[in-house]
Amino acid sequence: MGNLGQPIARADGFVKVTGTARYAGDQNQVGQLYAVLVASTVPAGRVSAIDTRAALAIPGVTRVLVAADMPRIHADLDKITVPPLATRFIPMQSDTIVHEGQPVAIVVSESLEAAEAAATIVRVSYERAAFIVPETAAVVSADPKKGSYSMSNALEFNKGDAPAAIAAAPVKAGAAYTQPSRHANPMEPSATIAAWKGDHLTVYDAVQHLPAVQNVMAAVFGLPATSVRVVSPHTGGGFGAKAFVWPHEILAAMAAKVVRRPVKLVLSRQQMYGMVGPQPQMVHDVRLGAGADGKLLGVSHAATNITGVTEDYVEFGAVPGRTFYACDNIATSQRIRRGNITLPTFMRSPWDGPGSWALGSAMDELARTLNMDPLDLRLINYAETDPESGKPWSSKKLREAYEEGARRFGWRTRVKGGTRDGHWRIGCGMADCSQGQARFHSTARVCLKADGTARIESSFCDIGTGPATIFPQIAAEVLGLDPKQILAVAGDSDLPYSGPTYGSGTTISTGAAVQHAALGVRAKLARLTGWPAEDVTMRDARIMRGNEARTIREVLGEAGVSELTSDGAFDLPGGAFVDMGSSAFPARTFGAIFVEVGVDQELGLLRLRRATGVYSAGRIINPRTARSQMIGGIVWGWGMAAMEASHFEPTLGRWLAKDLAGVALPVNADIPPDIDVGFVDEFDANSGPLGAKGIGELGATGVAAAVGNAVYDAIGLRIRDLPITPEKILAA
Amino acid sequence: MSKHQPTISRRDLMRNSAIAAAGAAVVPVDSAGAAGSTSKQFEALAMVHVEINGVDHQLELPPRVTLLDMLRERLQLTGTKKGCNRGECGACTVLLDGRRVNACLVLAVAAAGRKVTTIEGLSDGPRLHPVQQAFIDHDAFQCGFCTCGQIMSAVGCIAEGHTGSNAEIREWMSGNICRCSAYPQIAAAVEAAAREKA
Amino acid sequence: MRDFSYAQATSRADAIALAALPDTMVLAGGTELLNWTRIGIVEPARIVDITRIPGMEGVKALPNGGVRIGALTKLNDAAQHPLIRASYPVLSEAILKSASAQIRNLATVGGNPLQRVRCPYFRADEPTPCNKRAPGSGCGALHGFNEKHAIFGWTKDCVAVHPADPPVALAVLDADFITEDKNGGRRLAARKFNVLPGEDPTAHSVLHHGELIVGIEIGRPAPKSAYLKIRERESYEYATVSAAVALDLEGDVIRRARIALGSVAMQPWRLEETERRLAGQKLGSPAIEAAVDAGFADARPLSSNTYKIKLARNAALRTIELAARA
Repeated sequence: MGNLGQPIARADGFVKVTGTARYAGDQNQVGQLYAVLVASTVPAGRVSAIDTRAALAIPGVTRVLVAADMPRIHADLDKITVPPLATRFIPMQSDTIVHEGQPVAIVVSESLEAAEAAATIVRVSYERAAFIVPETAAVVSADPKKGSYSMSNALEFNKGDAPAAIAAAPVKAGAAYTQPSRHANPMEPSATIAAWKGDHLTVYDAVQHLPAVQNVMAAVFGLPATSVRVVSPHTGGGFGAKAFVWPHEILAAMAAKVVRRPVKLVLSRQQMYGMVGPQPQMVHDVRLGAGADGKLLGVSHAATNITGVTEDYVEFGAVPGRTFYACDNIATSQRIRRGNITLPTFMRSPWDGPGSWALGSAMDELARTLNMDPLDLRLINYAETDPESGKPWSSKKLREAYEEGARRFGWRTRVKGGTRDGHWRIGCGMADCSQGQARFHSTARVCLKADGTARIESSFCDIGTGPATIFPQIAAEVLGLDPKQILAVAGDSDLPYSGPTYGSGTTISTGAAVQHAALGVRAKLARLTGWPAEDVTMRDARIMRGNEARTIREVLGEAGVSELTSDGAFDLPGGAFVDMGSSAFPARTFGAIFVEVGVDQELGLLRLRRATGVYSAGRIINPRTARSQMIGGIVWGWGMAAMEASHFEPTLGRWLAKDLAGVALPVNADIPPDIDVGFVDEFDANSGPLGAKGIGELGATGVAAAVGNAVYDAIGLRIRDLPITPEKILAA
Repeated sequence: MSKHQPTISRRDLMRNSAIAAAGAAVVPVDSAGAAGSTSKQFEALAMVHVEINGVDHQLELPPRVTLLDMLRERLQLTGTKKGCNRGECGACTVLLDGRRVNACLVLAVAAAGRKVTTIEGLSDGPRLHPVQQAFIDHDAFQCGFCTCGQIMSAVGCIAEGHTGSNAEIREWMSGNICRCSAYPQIAAAVEAAAREKA
Repeated sequence: MRDFSYAQATSRADAIALAALPDTMVLAGGTELLNWTRIGIVEPARIVDITRIPGMEGVKALPNGGVRIGALTKLNDAAQHPLIRASYPVLSEAILKSASAQIRNLATVGGNPLQRVRCPYFRADEPTPCNKRAPGSGCGALHGFNEKHAIFGWTKDCVAVHPADPPVALAVLDADFITEDKNGGRRLAARKFNVLPGEDPTAHSVLHHGELIVGIEIGRPAPKSAYLKIRERESYEYATVSAAVALDLEGDVIRRARIALGSVAMQPWRLEETERRLAGQKLGSPAIEAAVDAGFADARPLSSNTYKIKLARNAALRTIELAARA
């Protein structure tokens, strides 16, 4: 294939290396005021009084908005589900406080400095109430009336009789595996600039799905969606934290309405802990029963996650238990603990990320018990079909990925665990990577011009994942153009509706809509040429049938049209907004991650030496951007394994540290150059017309398990509680 | 507030405008503790002259305005990003008198009389600086938010000569967090740009 | 950040006069001061910028064989000065393992020991119990999250550790901070510069208001010296534990050892008993381990940091090895 599969450079490279790419917080409006949120310092109770006098005395401060100043939410918001509304609890509609860090007042000022200073001296009095520490709260079942999160997958799943099968199995393994809450911390803090013109609202926002913001804003104010425009040409990383619509976005628009001037609100790094949700702390209870040959006889995966008090966010971490390995007896369940925290949310990689850590660790324990290579154990239990539904996969080439990964890494000839290199003990580990594949309804428009250039229009946003680069490749493939001749116009809700940039679903969904639109343009061009659409191909700005060829310019010139436009769509069965693959062919991406670590047991140090990831993820449109995404995922997995944790302080009811110094994320020195990424050659004909699937989340799955397994290999210590810090290594 | 008048003029015109170390025009408000024993006046509003990307700027600012906020909110030089405002991420890295620093940790008034280079001053029109080109060539970014800081830091890193090995580059580039985690590509880009320069 | 007024000092005398004014703080590198004002840890009415004072930067050899480092020398410049690299590797390494390249281009050697604790209760954006933040409010970390807190010299009023790396090296080198104020000046031992909570749980250092560090003086060279910093990420993070060692060797026999631990107490923690016992021991002998163990007799863990005792002990042992090979 011509353009598909080419490692072309990013289309937005120039604007990003020159600083001309404008992110939400870089936008300014004439006459704008700066807003700074005042956050609750208590985790539960109510605001009893707010003294704004000192704050208002600061020159430049125009208003300090409190709950009484805010417009009431319109009833239309009841029709919006949660998600994409992150939470139905909108602060400053009442005096109620449900978590620390919740906005209770908004300072609005002519200058940023004055607003920041004033926010520190708004005196808020509270009537405190007892708060619940989520980690130690009672374990309960999710309530389907508390938001829709709990309905996005199965809370209970039973196939055969897993408990009995495990009890009767000759070989058993498994334990409780725990992981802390973690914050996405994209480098760009959330930011919203809201400007009203009469009843029309324009919002510059840092988001992963523009139409969601548009619809929520319209509902909040009881407006038609056409009265709201959302602009987001670049988003500085999302990782889930900008997927849904959080209250601060609504508050910014409300503030602009009240003060009758544009308002610019940029969250501080500290507020990124209190005002957007984390991936929740989880406990996985995984039990495996196997025969002496390693064949799994029973799999049980029970996951519990913390959530807020307003909605039941369920992190479906038990999904891997019923999708990774072939087994006749499988039981999975999901339960929650509610407490006074910001509502958790999806974070790279949701569900499978946490679940693959627990299951990938348990499988390694089982392999050790069986004295079997962990890769062989996986081959023995290879799931040829979806263990949950029994249906065939849309496509799966995991066997090839295992083989290629093992070859590239040298898995079969790896150094023996515990081998010394100075003070370091070397260990190798592997684990499965897999991610459920979401697909979203999406549309796009393609416009071909007589000069042989084209334009793609769709409201998607490039959060760094590369759609602005690969969509031109997709259209170029159909239209026989150089991708450089095709501009993707995106990041504006006035453009044709695009599905979101999350759930690893952009390429498979919007990419398919782009292809559809390009095919539509080609068909129109064929009609003008007088050739049947199914007979034509396009190459080098020409349309061809057999040996005949006409240039685009000629055809359009003769027809007297300057451009051809066609709309394309990727529609899901039943007109759904989202599904997880076709009903006949469940869709997943797969892969295997192999890591080599060094452990300095005396100093408690864990360092990554090299990693190989090989993936079965459908057709790869651009191996260059895809490789970067997989490397990013592996580093995310390393952070999860080795350092990342957000601690909820149980006596204070707040996140203990809310910055990037007390909460470690990987830095450059942590990541060696030997991160090897490969893809198997694959075309998924069942998930969409492109043959592609999503890869944004796949890379971060499995890594933490592989690292934990490598630590065991190095020093014989099984660590079942993330992250693997010096304290835990020294306990050996 | 915010009644700044950036008087932008050509570098050569302003080259010899001897900028006093302490901001020239001041509004003396603080005679309280001064007690006449000191030669200096504390200023509540300072006239800041600073050369940014070869252009002289003159702004009247409260001293608490940081170099970062001055660049972003007063001069609309928004290539320099605010990721943490605490010196914990490196997204705001600029060159101050040729050395890389976090703009969020510098008061604008303290940068008076100094030369600031931001990402906007790096390329020569459409021709990219070798480090910028290397970042594109090595796909050394995804979302791009940390990228300008990474590039300014890389320019500093290369000028300092801390590019002797991949490991040295990674250590000396560790003051710039990339949450998309393009670290190996960033290190490779710096390595390549350093080689080109050498 | 609350509003303040600002002045640039043009001479040392000028700086001393201005810094003595009430409600006034000094800006050298600014890498800490700006954050304190943002968080609300300090709210000065005035800030005096001393960065333009001439003659306070640079590294100079002293006639007695030591060196003097001007207080305004940037961290990167001090660490990479040939004299420091060759004669005091422990200091060079400690500095280069601090913060990031960018911050080290701003931060000064004189400002560095004035860093305040990294305890998250102290650094919280909203007040939490912390006697250093609000005297009398208690210590949130005592029974809270204290994995990274003190194992030496803490009291129930404060269990924080001093986070800076260079002072640990300076403590092992028996360096002095030279200060000036309007009454003259002092010579303060680096190892006692920061204040243990038993003396004053609210204090960070012995420096008085209006007193400036103008230089650091270090005695004779310590080429056999090394610094080890332990942290979960490889760079740009505070130490969980660090160790500085300077050895005088005769062949493979230790004539004199100086050992200090960082991030284990509110000041660099010299292992005096260990130092005594190491004198005369052969490198690699079992006596070294015993000597190091003896230095931990008075170590006391908190509820969640028992591991730090083992970690610090192992770090000390390892750093002796590194220093011997320096």
